[in-house]
Amino acid sequence: MKELAIKELLYKMADDLLILGHRNSEWTGIGPILEEDIAFSSMAQDKVGQSWALYKMLQVLGEQEPDTVAFTRNAPQFHSCKFVELPIGEYDFSLVRHFLFDTADLLRFDLLSRSSYTPLAQLATKIKGELKYHTMHANTWIKQLGSVEDEEAFQRMQYALDVALPFALGIFEEGPYEQSLADEKIFAGEVHLKSLWLEKIQETLSKTRLVLGDVSLISPELGGRYGQHTEFLQPLLDEMTEVFKVDPTAEW
Amino acid sequence: MVIHQNPDIDQIKGWLEEVKDPEIPVLSLLDMGVITRMEMSDEGKVTVHMTPTFVGCPAMEAMKKNVEEVLDKNGIRNKQVIISFEEPWSSDRLTEKGREALLKFGLAPPPKHGQVIDLDLLEHVECPYCHSKNTLLKSPFGPTLCRSLHYCDNCKQAFEQFKPV
Repeated sequence: MKELAIKELLYKMADDLLILGHRNSEWTGIGPILEEDIAFSSMAQDKVGQSWALYKMLQVLGEQEPDTVAFTRNAPQFHSCKFVELPIGEYDFSLVRHFLFDTADLLRFDLLSRSSYTPLAQLATKIKGELKYHTMHANTWIKQLGSVEDEEAFQRMQYALDVALPFALGIFEEGPYEQSLADEKIFAGEVHLKSLWLEKIQETLSKTRLVLGDVSLISPELGGRYGQHTEFLQPLLDEMTEVFKVDPTAEW
Repeated sequence: MVIHQNPDIDQIKGWLEEVKDPEIPVLSLLDMGVITRMEMSDEGKVTVHMTPTFVGCPAMEAMKKNVEEVLDKNGIRNKQVIISFEEPWSSDRLTEKGREALLKFGLAPPPKHGQVIDLDLLEHVECPYCHSKNTLLKSPFGPTLCRSLHYCDNCKQAFEQFKPV
């Protein structure tokens, strides 16, 4: 039971990071300014690397090797939330997703840095340090673009936030082992994480003109954690695995 | 090939000085703090523990291979290089010698932070060329995962910093 619970937790985190890492990398070469191009590319590299480390931990628990896990599954076998698979859209949407997701992920890894499952606590301590740069980047832009005088720029940010919110709430879809993870002091759980997250994003948004919708009235976009995805995940996987599938046994 | 009889840890440490960061070739892995510890068992087996600067560091495998090659070259057959997060890397692990090497390379060394990192640490980094603190953070992300981009308003030079992590 305990091992199943840990695997489920690791899979969803790793899949989130792999898929969002891939989406971030789609900005490489087309970022609005050079620094932003580099920022999204660097965050992509961080996230894919972090997913690799989590897949590696799963391998120790008896799962297949990271490349096999990353490149040979189809959409229904992915445990990522729907939020991360949405197309990058315009830069406003990518920034808002980056802000909402990375704020949650930094809090998640902060909780996990105190996990009773030592290998995860050690890795989480490391990842936490890297994610600080991601949220620092996100907060800088949200504060600037969320307070701009230019009405079109502001409206675009507000619209992106409204579109993103139901999907962002889907990050916290509860898994089948919440109780067991909490009892074993492995992870405090999605409900707890969500409340920390709401507080944190409100803190940043309160320094802007952006308004967060009433989350008690919004139905979260759920299903991702159980393999139900939007139409956008499979095409992403097809593209991501295209080279690998030419010769799955190739030595890199 | 030289076969060393019963080398001790200090001797091995000396050999490993030649293994540098592939992205910053003036900095040894020991000075970078990427090699966290070394052990020798009673049977003479050498174990080197390493930890990556960043989880997604693409140079890690190359560094591991370089360490193995140096041990090989010195006749250490019974060896193991382990990569783990047991002692996660932090920029505080850089030695003084390492910091000087960075500075000579034109990279501002990271300030010691004792695990408290906020934006202030990045805002007015000392310029590695003219040592002015009249500098600006241009982006927390640079050409490699471990560097940030800055600009010196005093000597009008762009420069990079090895990020505090």
